Amino acid sequence: MKSSLLRKIAGYAFAIVFIVAGWWITALAVDSPALPTPIAAVEVLTANVDALVPYFLTSAWRVVVSLLIGTLLAVPLAQAFTRSPVLDTLFAPVVYLLYPIPKVVLLPVLLALFGLADAPKIVLISLTVFFQVLVAVRDAVRSVPQSALLAIRSLGGSPWDEYKHVIVPATLPAVFTSLRIGVGTAIAVLFIAEAMAGSTGLGYYIMQSWSMVNFPRMFAGIIAMALLGIVLYAIFDIIERSLTSWR
Amino acid sequence: MSTQNPGACVEFAHASVTYTSGSEHVSACHDVSLSIGAGESVALIGPSGCGKSTTLHMAAGLLAPTEGNVLINGSAIEKPRQTTAFIPQDLGLLPWKTVLQNASLGLIVQKIPKHEATERARAALAQVDLAGFEHAYPKELSGGMRQRLALARALAADADLLLMDEPLSAIDSLLRESLQDTLLELWQQRKHTQMLVTHSIEEAVYLGERIVVFSPRPGTVVADIQNPLMGTETWRDSPQFAQKCLEVRYALTAGACDTLRKEGK
Ligand SMILES: Nc1ncnc2c1ncn2[C@@H]1O[C@H](COP(=O)(O)OP(=O)(O)OP(=O)(O)O)[C@@H](O)[C@H]1O
Ligand SMILES: [Mg+2]
Repeated sequence: MKSSLLRKIAGYAFAIVFIVAGWWITALAVDSPALPTPIAAVEVLTANVDALVPYFLTSAWRVVVSLLIGTLLAVPLAQAFTRSPVLDTLFAPVVYLLYPIPKVVLLPVLLALFGLADAPKIVLISLTVFFQVLVAVRDAVRSVPQSALLAIRSLGGSPWDEYKHVIVPATLPAVFTSLRIGVGTAIAVLFIAEAMAGSTGLGYYIMQSWSMVNFPRMFAGIIAMALLGIVLYAIFDIIERSLTSWR
Repeated sequence: MSTQNPGACVEFAHASVTYTSGSEHVSACHDVSLSIGAGESVALIGPSGCGKSTTLHMAAGLLAPTEGNVLINGSAIEKPRQTTAFIPQDLGLLPWKTVLQNASLGLIVQKIPKHEATERARAALAQVDLAGFEHAYPKELSGGMRQRLALARALAADADLLLMDEPLSAIDSLLRESLQDTLLELWQQRKHTQMLVTHSIEEAVYLGERIVVFSPRPGTVVADIQNPLMGTETWRDSPQFAQKCLEVRYALTAGACDTLRKEGK
C-alpha cells in the first residue's frame, strides 16, 4: 500500500521533471518571446494571477456547467434507448450520423442565435459532451450482463430495482470515462468559442494578449487553461476509479 | 435462520412457448405438462436447445407461456415471485456488489430493513461456508465460491422454490461433486422445491428425485423417471446409480429417435 503510493509519487515527480526539461530545452532552442522558459512562465503566472482569476472562473464555470448539462441529458436518454428496442432502432442511426460531425462548426450559428455571452458556449460544449456520453453509455448498457437482469427480475425486483442495482452501477464508470476523455475536447471547444466571440474567459484573455503582443501575459493564460484541463481530468479520473474498485 | 417456507408446488399445464423475432417463429417447447409437488427435487435433462431454459424461465415468471398455463401453488404466475430463487447459468452475480450485498439482494428488493437483510445474508453465507468473505467482490472468489454465493442469495431470500439452470456446468469435476453434495444437503435440510436443469446424466441422477427427460426441440416431456433412492448414503457409488444413469440415457436416446421418426428421417 505504502510502497505503491510512493511509486506513484515518484512516477509523477519523474513526469514533471521530464515535461519541464522538455519545455526548457524547446524554449532555449526556439529562443522566442512567445515561448518563455519554465522559470519565466512561473514569474509571469504569479505576476498575472490576480488579473487571471476572474477569467479562469468564467471558463471553469462554463465548462463545468456544460459537462453537467450534456451528461444529465445523455445518460437517461442512452439508457432509455437501450431499454426500448423501438427507440433504439429509430434513433441509433440519427446518433450515428450526428456523432462524428464536429459540433464546433456550429459556433457561428449559435453565435447568431444566442449572442456573445455564455449561452452559445455552453450550448456548444454541452452538445459535444452530450454525444460523447450518449454513445459511451449506450454501448455500456448494451454490455450489461443479461443474467444479472434475469437474476434481479426473478427475485421480484421492479424496473426501478433493475435500474438502481444493475443499469446505473454498470454504466456509471462509462459515464466518467467518457467525461474524462471528453475534458480535452470540451476545453478545446471552449477555447475556440471564447477566442472567437465575447470578451470573457481564458480563450479571450489568451487571444487578447496575443494581439497586444504581450507574450508573457498570453503564456500565463495558456498555463491557466492547461491547469483547468488537468484539474478536471484528475477529478473525473478519481471518481471513475472509486466507482470501479470492484473491477 | 428465519422461518422456513414449505416448498412450493409447480404445475405446467400444456405450456408451450413460441419465440417470435420479426417474421421468424421458433417453437422452443411444446405442450409441456408436469406437476411438481411441494419439496420435490426434479432434474430436467434433454438435448441442447430443446427448451430447458425456456421451461425454467416460465417457472421463474420471467416468461409467460404462449399457450397453456404455469401455476404455482394453484395460481397462474403473473410476475416473478419474491420467494422463487432463480440461478441463471452464469449465476447472475452483480460484479459491482460485495459478497454480502449480493447475498442480500433478494431481501433488499423485498424492502426488508437493511440490518435484518444483512443479518440474514450473513447467516446464509455462513451456511455455504463463505463467512469471512463478506466484503470481497465476486471476481475475487473462485468458481466454486461464486457458485455458493449464488446459493446463499437464494437461501437468504428464504426461497421455497429454487430454479437452477446448469448451475455447475462451468465447474471442474472434483469440485462439482462437492458442490452437488452441498446442493443435496441444503435440499435435505430445507425441503424446498427445486428444479435443476443439467446436461449431465450423473448429476440428474444424483440430485433428482425425479428425472424429467425432454425431447429435442420443440421440447416436450418424453420420460418422467422416478428415482426414489436418490439422497441415500453412498448413492453415487451404488450399482443402482449406474443402472439409473443407463435408464436416463435410454430415455434420452429414445426421445431423440422418436422425434426423428416423426419428422420422417
Ligand atoms: N429470446 C429468444 N428468442 C428467440 N429464440 C430463442 C430465444 N431464447 C431461446 N430461443 C430458441 O429457443 C430454443 C430453446 O432455447 P432454450 O434456451 O430454452 O434451450 P435449452 O434447452 O436451454 O438449450 P441449452 O441446453 O443449449 O441451454 C433454441 O432453439 C433457441 O435458439
Ligand atoms: Mg439452456
